Amino acid sequence: MLQPEVRQRLSEIVGAEYFRDDTETRVSYSYDATPMLQSLPDGVVFPGSTAEVSAILALANEHRIPIVGRGAGSNLCGGTVPDQGGLVLVMNRMNKLLEIDTENLTATVQPGLNTKAFHEAVEAKGLFYPPDPSSMVISTIGGNIMENSGGLRGLKYGTTKDYVLGLEAVLPNGDIIRTGGKLYKDVAGYDLTKLLVGSEGTLAIITEATMKLIPAPRYRRTMLAMYRDIHAAARTVSSIVGNRIIPVTLEFIDNPTLRVVEAYNKIGLPTDMEAILLIEQDGTEESVVLKDMEAIQRICREEGAAEVKFAKNDEEAAQLMKARRSALSTIARIRPTTILEDATVPRSKIAEMVLAINAIAKKYEIEICTFGHAGDGNLHPTVATDARNAEEIHRVEQAFEEIFEAAIQLGGTITGEHGVGTVKAPYLEWKVGESGIRLLKAVKQAFDPNNIMNPGKMFAKESRKRVVVQR
Amino acid sequence: MSEKATKWLPIVESMKLKVDYDELTNCMRCGFCQPSCPTFQETGLEAASPRGRIALMKAVVDGLMEPNESFQKQMDLCLGCRACEPVCPADVKYGSLIEQTRDAIEDHRPHPLWVRGLRKAAFKGLFPYPKRVRRLGSVLHLYQKSGLQTVARETGLLKVLPEHLRVMERVMPEASGDGVVERIGSLHPAKGERAVARVGLFRGCIMDMMFTGTNVNTVELLTEVGFEVVIPEAQVCCGALHAHSGELDDARGLAARNIKAFREAGVDYIVSNAGGCGALLKEYDHLLSSESPEVAEDARWFAERVKDVSQLIMEKGNLHALKQLVSKASEEAAVTVTYQNSCHLRNVMKAGNAPRDVIGLMEGVNFCEMTGADSCCGSAGIYNLLQPKMANDILDHKMEHVKETNAQVLLTSNPGCLLQMKAGVERAGLTDQVRVMHVVDFVRERAKK
Repeated sequence: MLQPEVRQRLSEIVGAEYFRDDTETRVSYSYDATPMLQSLPDGVVFPGSTAEVSAILALANEHRIPIVGRGAGSNLCGGTVPDQGGLVLVMNRMNKLLEIDTENLTATVQPGLNTKAFHEAVEAKGLFYPPDPSSMVISTIGGNIMENSGGLRGLKYGTTKDYVLGLEAVLPNGDIIRTGGKLYKDVAGYDLTKLLVGSEGTLAIITEATMKLIPAPRYRRTMLAMYRDIHAAARTVSSIVGNRIIPVTLEFIDNPTLRVVEAYNKIGLPTDMEAILLIEQDGTEESVVLKDMEAIQRICREEGAAEVKFAKNDEEAAQLMKARRSALSTIARIRPTTILEDATVPRSKIAEMVLAINAIAKKYEIEICTFGHAGDGNLHPTVATDARNAEEIHRVEQAFEEIFEAAIQLGGTITGEHGVGTVKAPYLEWKVGESGIRLLKAVKQAFDPNNIMNPGKMFAKESRKRVVVQR
Repeated sequence: MSEKATKWLPIVESMKLKVDYDELTNCMRCGFCQPSCPTFQETGLEAASPRGRIALMKAVVDGLMEPNESFQKQMDLCLGCRACEPVCPADVKYGSLIEQTRDAIEDHRPHPLWVRGLRKAAFKGLFPYPKRVRRLGSVLHLYQKSGLQTVARETGLLKVLPEHLRVMERVMPEASGDGVVERIGSLHPAKGERAVARVGLFRGCIMDMMFTGTNVNTVELLTEVGFEVVIPEAQVCCGALHAHSGELDDARGLAARNIKAFREAGVDYIVSNAGGCGALLKEYDHLLSSESPEVAEDARWFAERVKDVSQLIMEKGNLHALKQLVSKASEEAAVTVTYQNSCHLRNVMKAGNAPRDVIGLMEGVNFCEMTGADSCCGSAGIYNLLQPKMANDILDHKMEHVKETNAQVLLTSNPGCLLQMKAGVERAGLTDQVRVMHVVDFVRERAKK
């Protein structure tokens, strides 16, 4: 519960309309898109300016009140669930696109700007902002920056971190800092911009961002390659890149996913195939795009693809994309709870990772569908389950624990694009080691000595013991 | 606990009984519904979105939250446009959840006496009786034609009404005590050699009282494109207003009567020209799924046969005849038209493009798609009367998009949307520039030229 004087001060800072602590509001900001997590905040604030954010943080710091920044609440790591109560800071009033600078090719935005709206505004000027997380219809740029979101175009264009040039951020004591700028080169001091990207609201609240834009590619071609042998599909991924071709999209769908999608949608997918690769290339010259696609087609056949389909037009491309697009929604329809993970390995280890996932699924008697961004080595092993079945959920958790371990053993990571939050916090040490954790905590301490910024996220009370994987 | 708080508690038990808990847990909280939700777009508040409302329902059932007036208001604020359903990856039946919740609230809702009286009069005393609806039409007609309306307007008597009701009074079409059957009879053979199919017209209460001409035009258009049309006289209100207002039992009773009426008429299709009615007719199988197997089977028979008039024409009608009919107008200057979706035609009947396809067949017509045409206009049954502020905010944004199209004719396929669009045009001062019409009336007007 908030003290009366704190409630009074918050109402003064943002106006009575923009501070709420009624039950309905508290319930409706008690969750995000992460399954099985919910915790009520003590209050919800909707700041309208940097100055208001600064005043709120200074007040919260003085009274040691947890602060949970929130964009659209679409993350999958529990990053915006206020599990220690406190205040949820909803940033959607600060949602303006402040500027598109066509000379410097930058855009300056407020954090609450919707990602898709940003894409559309930028593309209307013939420019391009590549990061396209699947949640972009609702997600915000501020949320994307805090979680360092990925997407389908990461292989060729990188992820959010590659497009943040500068930030305005408010520290827990209310101080306002500016990092970077409309600068492609800037080595003045530690790179605070990159440090804040992906910090999951544990260090500061972003109030403005300067984003890098690039010229929009004009041509795009799509193809589908089908494999009876999962290793052949994996070899193709490495081989394409090894041939100095970087496709914009290189997506992978495994056999369990194919069967589930086909059973529910009846769109004529080849369920006898072990894996499908969905490949797209874009560019500013049509002839270059076509040349790349022809080379990719040849590589697919050489590596043993059973069949290759080339989309002749946009309509056919959309049809080919359908299998990948409907993967998650189909799995989500099977059973109430959908758990989607994002273990990531070096792309040369994709086949081993998929086989490890299948073996783990068998061991724990659960069905895991795996699809994802093969070009990035970023897979989404996904389980359809039911949160009400405690015994099954326990097996699912054990399986995922083994999947994290398998990813790390293959030189990979526990999370490629969803973030640590509370969900992966117990496993962070597996990836960064004991010294790594100490260092990360020291950074946190430097920014936030009173631990008010999204407490409980990133760092667990205690790390999980590593599971011993029998091989 | 105060007396005020305890009076809401019985709602919890009703919700536990009536709200489908499996469906509540099917929401995985991805939030993909939010861009499609008009009340979320207007307020930016999580609680005013489908994901938020489902979380609130679940919180009440789980005992995390006690229902109160603000919970009830949030459930009332939903337009019920169901634009969230087609975009939901997990296929959550939000429309059923909101209706079940409203039904549970209605069991115990502490309505003021006058509201209770009015609801009873409308839901139980008026809409189930077609004759009474027609009598109301006669009374309205008398008001409009006897000079009483002129007196009321000129003396400022109407100023006792809130602004949104005054606008509605101004745009209300001429009501009538004679419905479509009284005007043209109940059986109409197909024009041309052989009937494509025998269809039963669902005439609707508001349609038949305020838009009798549209019903007449619907019959004529259908016979011209090859259908034999019968209008079963035993049919009653579809029950949509009841279902959306938490009176599910009444809605079920009306559904049973309609199913019987159309089954006895031996029709191949049941055709509706009101998206709002059509959607509920289409869902009679869900509405009656827990009744006896025979009733449920009859409901399935009925639901399978329900089509919107544009949809039926495009799927089964003689399009060659239709093209001939509307080709005469081609020598005139082209007219620019746009179309506002009926949410329930799009999101529930899944035939949102059929009216556009019909418009596309007409010569001399430029179709200009309006930004946000797939988003609710704020009419939503009687929502605009109950929630005037939200409805007007949505409507005013809609009118900005109408202006952008430079359309001379704004088409709709549902009476509620039609009245709301007329009110919007009036509010925006566009009365001289934009005509608002039902798609069927527009086609008939082009054909007569």
